[in-house]
Amino acid sequence: MHEMSLTEGVVRILEEQAATHGFSRIKTVWLEIGELSTVVPDSMEFCFGAVAAGNPLTKDARLEIIRVPGTAWCMDCSASVEIATRTDPCPRCGGYQVTVTAGTEMRIKEVEVE
Amino acid sequence: MCTVCGCGDAKVEGHAHSHDHDHAHPHDHDHGHDHGPDHHHDDDRHIHYGRGIAGVHVPGLSQSRIVQIERDILGHNNDFAGRNRAWAAEHGVLALNLVSSPGSGKTTLLCRTAEALKAKVPVAVIEGDQQTSFDADRIRATGIPALQVNTGKGCHLDAHMVESAIARLAPADDSVLFIENVGNLVCPAAFDLGEAYKVAILSVTEGEDKPLKYPDMFAAAGLMILNKIDLLPHTDFDVARCIDFARRVNPDIVVLQLSARTGEGFDQWLAWITEGRRRAVAERITALEAKLAAAKASLGTA
Repeated sequence: MHEMSLTEGVVRILEEQAATHGFSRIKTVWLEIGELSTVVPDSMEFCFGAVAAGNPLTKDARLEIIRVPGTAWCMDCSASVEIATRTDPCPRCGGYQVTVTAGTEMRIKEVEVE
Repeated sequence: MCTVCGCGDAKVEGHAHSHDHDHAHPHDHDHGHDHGPDHHHDDDRHIHYGRGIAGVHVPGLSQSRIVQIERDILGHNNDFAGRNRAWAAEHGVLALNLVSSPGSGKTTLLCRTAEALKAKVPVAVIEGDQQTSFDADRIRATGIPALQVNTGKGCHLDAHMVESAIARLAPADDSVLFIENVGNLVCPAAFDLGEAYKVAILSVTEGEDKPLKYPDMFAAAGLMILNKIDLLPHTDFDVARCIDFARRVNPDIVVLQLSARTGEGFDQWLAWITEGRRRAVAERITALEAKLAAAKASLGTA
């Protein structure tokens, strides 16, 4: 969806961090992207290639995406269950009284720098 | 993939440029992407971009070092949203973010709502569209202050645009602020504007399966409005099925059925808004009373 603007946000945060931590070249960026987040990793990689190339800080950077599994609380089972999409029923009882508890994150975890 | 959205050419009406970025927006890609044959988990019926391979975290430590960042990608937007929310709380404003597909009847709903509310409570409207000020013109024709935000190529409003719009529009204390987002059931789901609730509007001339097709939006919304119910006899729209689908992705979602054209079901919608505003104003009164008590106490101890 809006991976281009998100990717620009990533590069902006990296620029801030470069100033704070005193690095000038990034070799690798690790993003944590939840399975239930609104981001498509393929699109993120595509956009990152375009955005990173235009910036001396990120032009040689490689993007690594760490997927975080989707987790939900099933009210009927009173249990935490794993789900792959927001439209999944509870894998234990088949019901839909599930509230997402994890897997929506979109974070920059860490960077390998020189 | 929506590769053109979020570009920095958004315009707040009467305001030259709300987003000045000093970076370029390259949209022509001449580089290759080496995606292996198993990169997408497809079957022969559809390509699914929602399931990717997991990244493997094996940093090759050499001369380089690892810096922990731990920052939310949407953190910048969320900072602005937090400021907008604090502004709303301080001023007793109920801010509602109206989201839907194009053509669901958002603007008609807003015009009728503004007409019905304006004698009782202050109302203000922020209109988001890619281009034109047609919608803000329609709202202003009802006598309600409205500001158009054109997102240019962008497919959603972000919290920074809304902050600029609030500063220009200066909604009255204790008012209801409607933010009509760009017609789009995808991108606006991820962008918190600082609203009290997202209100998802679905008209019965659309598919009843949209809550499952666009689950992020219906998961993010506090209220779903089924609009154009006067047309139900002419459509195959299954209301019960639609509500069931919406509750699958969001068990807590409130559902209201109405027609913005005939006014059927409008009383419940107005009551929902009035109750939300009552709470916003009550919270402001509590905060003001605490301030007043602190001021009085400071006199007493002086």
